[in-house]
Amino acid sequence: MTKVTLTVNGRKVSGECEDRTLLVNFIRENLGLTGTHVGCDTTQCGACVIHMDGRSVKSCTILAVQASGSDITTIEGISSGDTLHPVQAAFKENHGLQCGFCTPGMVMTAVDMIRRHGGQLDEQTVRQELEGNICRCTGYHNIVKSILSAADEMGGAQQAAE
Amino acid sequence: MGVEGIGARVARKEDKRFLTGKGRYVDDMKVAGMKYAVFVRSPHAHAKIKSIDVSAAKDMPGVIDVLEGKAMKEDGIGSLICGWMIHSKDGSPMNMGDWRPLAYETVRYVGDAVAIVVADSLGEARDAAEAVVVDYEVLPAVTEAVDALKPGAPQIHANAPGNQIYDWHIGDEGAVDAALASAAHVTEIEIHNNRLSPNPMEPRAALGIYDTAEDHYTCYTTSQNPHVARLVMSAFYNVAPENKLRVIAPDVGGGFGSKIYIYPEEITCLWASKKTGVPVKWTSDRTEAFLTDAHGRDHVSKVKMAFDANHRVTALKVDTTANFGAYMSLFSGAVPTYLYATLLSGQYNLPAIYANVHAVYTNTAPVDAYRGAGRPEATYLLERTMETAARELGISPAELRSINFIRQFPHQTPVIMNYDTGNFQASLDAAMAEADWAGFPARKAEAERRGKKRGIGMSCYIEACGIAPSAAVGSLGAGVGLWESAEVRVNAVGTIEVLTGSHSHGQGHETTFAQLVATRLGVPLDSISIVHGDTDKVQMGMGTYGSRSGAVGMSAIAKALDKVEVKAKKIAAHLLEASESDIVIENGELKVAGTDKSVPWFQVALSAYTAHNLPAGMEPGLKEGAFYDPANFTFPAGCYICEVEVDPDTGKTQLIQFVAADDFGNIINPMIVEGQVHGGIAQGIGQALLEGVQYDASTGQLLTASYMDYAMPRADDLPSYKVSHQTTPCTSNPLGIKGCGEAGAIGSPPAVINAITDAIGNNNLTMPATPAKVWAAMHGH
Repeated sequence: MTKVTLTVNGRKVSGECEDRTLLVNFIRENLGLTGTHVGCDTTQCGACVIHMDGRSVKSCTILAVQASGSDITTIEGISSGDTLHPVQAAFKENHGLQCGFCTPGMVMTAVDMIRRHGGQLDEQTVRQELEGNICRCTGYHNIVKSILSAADEMGGAQQAAE
Repeated sequence: MGVEGIGARVARKEDKRFLTGKGRYVDDMKVAGMKYAVFVRSPHAHAKIKSIDVSAAKDMPGVIDVLEGKAMKEDGIGSLICGWMIHSKDGSPMNMGDWRPLAYETVRYVGDAVAIVVADSLGEARDAAEAVVVDYEVLPAVTEAVDALKPGAPQIHANAPGNQIYDWHIGDEGAVDAALASAAHVTEIEIHNNRLSPNPMEPRAALGIYDTAEDHYTCYTTSQNPHVARLVMSAFYNVAPENKLRVIAPDVGGGFGSKIYIYPEEITCLWASKKTGVPVKWTSDRTEAFLTDAHGRDHVSKVKMAFDANHRVTALKVDTTANFGAYMSLFSGAVPTYLYATLLSGQYNLPAIYANVHAVYTNTAPVDAYRGAGRPEATYLLERTMETAARELGISPAELRSINFIRQFPHQTPVIMNYDTGNFQASLDAAMAEADWAGFPARKAEAERRGKKRGIGMSCYIEACGIAPSAAVGSLGAGVGLWESAEVRVNAVGTIEVLTGSHSHGQGHETTFAQLVATRLGVPLDSISIVHGDTDKVQMGMGTYGSRSGAVGMSAIAKALDKVEVKAKKIAAHLLEASESDIVIENGELKVAGTDKSVPWFQVALSAYTAHNLPAGMEPGLKEGAFYDPANFTFPAGCYICEVEVDPDTGKTQLIQFVAADDFGNIINPMIVEGQVHGGIAQGIGQALLEGVQYDASTGQLLTASYMDYAMPRADDLPSYKVSHQTTPCTSNPLGIKGCGEAGAIGSPPAVINAITDAIGNNNLTMPATPAKVWAAMHGH
């Protein structure tokens, strides 16, 4: 067993786990943050996407011990109090989710996508960027719409602040 | 339409928990003392089990126990069954082979479970599963249904000679043969409907908890129908009597049919919890899901369609071989019979139909209902045949369909169904206008100049939803009734809980069901909660599949609301000293019509519970239940048009546009309905272009067992869709709803293949139309 120390959603946490423990299992089992999901075991579906040191990462493809010392944000950590993050709000407004299982990974991917592209997102770019996230319910139509809408709003908000 | 009522695009009440990571799926459950299970599965498609040695595995670190199928049989746990009896055309009952939850004599497909390991951690359970030694005598295997029917094929079940489950038929063969003999034109085609893996994003999971003190079981399971699970596990699998078994299906991450069935794993986890004395949780990994979740489709059909000189269809003859896999799954018997051949009339006046269906065992995963269940097979067959006929007859596909549309309702088809209503021309016209069908030749010419092949294809589908009138399905072999239940509980302060036997696993019932109540009682959406998915809370229900929750589940709620309103009006009339017949319910008040006298809803509720001043003889309280048994199936219908561009160098198909014009009857929440259509179309396009379960024919090994091998549709494979609705309200239920959950998956595959074959000028193309296949078809290989 190895001790792993992380900052998760702004709080310092630590726990013991086997060396083979995947980060996603550490997050779900040791920390009890079950919003991050396991959908495929082969780095394909993206249900497990989290942010590690500011970048989106598939937490099923990194060992917890490798992540030790890093700053992690999960789906539980992006809204402030009762107010949804603009990406979460856009998914709700545009019906960008159905069963909800892929949703945390989609949202975390979208937040990172908008951060990297700023307001410069178009439909084709969003669809290409979603290559690593699978949804079986929505046919992606409303997910794409949600991300474009959030990008617009966040880009607008950024411009207003500048 | 109010802001929150029927017809409003209300954002979903359930979204917040999913968006903030607070959804509660089975794998998220953790209870005190809980241990982890891993199943030991057969690596062979067909083998005798000579011995199982668990001694080394039992000594591994963290292992609580390793349990085998023989002990399970000795404890009286029953075999899995198909709950829909089909008789062959000679009158004999279907040949249902024995399916043990844990095999101990014979394994019949790769993934068949033989033992369960329970350990402190998932890692330790996996390690120990590796240490279980099973000595197999490998037998020859067969994976294709047509091969399994050949003389000398490996025999999979002793009670199914020649691997035949049934040889069923429907319709008038004599009339069909006569029409074929005298036809002006006969179109003949062979149709393959590819095998699919449903792939809800949440893998299946089960948590079995046995309480020694109470001799009581709790099962958390990823189910579309927890009450059916309890019924079947009690009545047939002998796990526990119903009053000692609570089944909870909490948040469930998609189903698409695959979570209707009761699988070996939930039964085994419950039994293992009693044997080990600890709660036992199993969660499928994705490869296990590919191996063991019931697959869908897998038909091979020969079709003949007869036309008279005026291009009217006079007869249809179909011979279908359906691959059932190694065992008969729970509803499997019904899928290629009453959910398939009864829809072969499509949208057309078709005087004579005959279908013969051969149901066959193979050494593959069990096959059962997957989104659409029989109706996609019927639609694909019919719409590919109509398209082919139009090309052969040299008339436009729209005209051929239009000539043959049913225009008078109700319409009795030759294959049981009685269509209550519809307007097929309206959907066809709407789709063609939206797709700019008239402008297609110019677009084709423009593509040709760029060296691309452009094609356009349509599909006019009809399906049967709202399953189903209980007596009718009972007479056709169903083991259960297909009604739905609801209970409306009005609290003393006027807030409302609605208990429903439907189960939401993405469909948004917590919102749409509340919209119905808000419309009827004029109370805010926030004051209404929908309760589902727990056999301790909801007494009984038949669950969610077959696009039935609106048409059947909400109709039950409407019936319960009728009763609540009657009692509420009696109380209001008493309080207002008015006649009961003069009371109307509007905007959260009960009013004396035409006066300014009124009493607020919460006041009526409070009066019902204080019971200080109720009409003489009235019982206190305000709570009513109802069971709704539908009078008929419902018949969603529509027209889909797909336009593609094929790259002749690579065979790669690009979707240019996809248009859907659907008639779902009345719609509660258009935003949610559109979402259902989008998702269905994506699955249909997936079937047409990308998806296909592949087994190695010689070994029976599954070749498509991960997302690296099975091509799931991804965002950049798909376009945005153009969706519209034409409305003819259903006449057989109180809300006029037809259902929308499966249409997208039913209507889309033939539209896509009709478009590609139009583009490449070769009609000989099977699904999935991968670039390699399209290229080969274009270049005559």
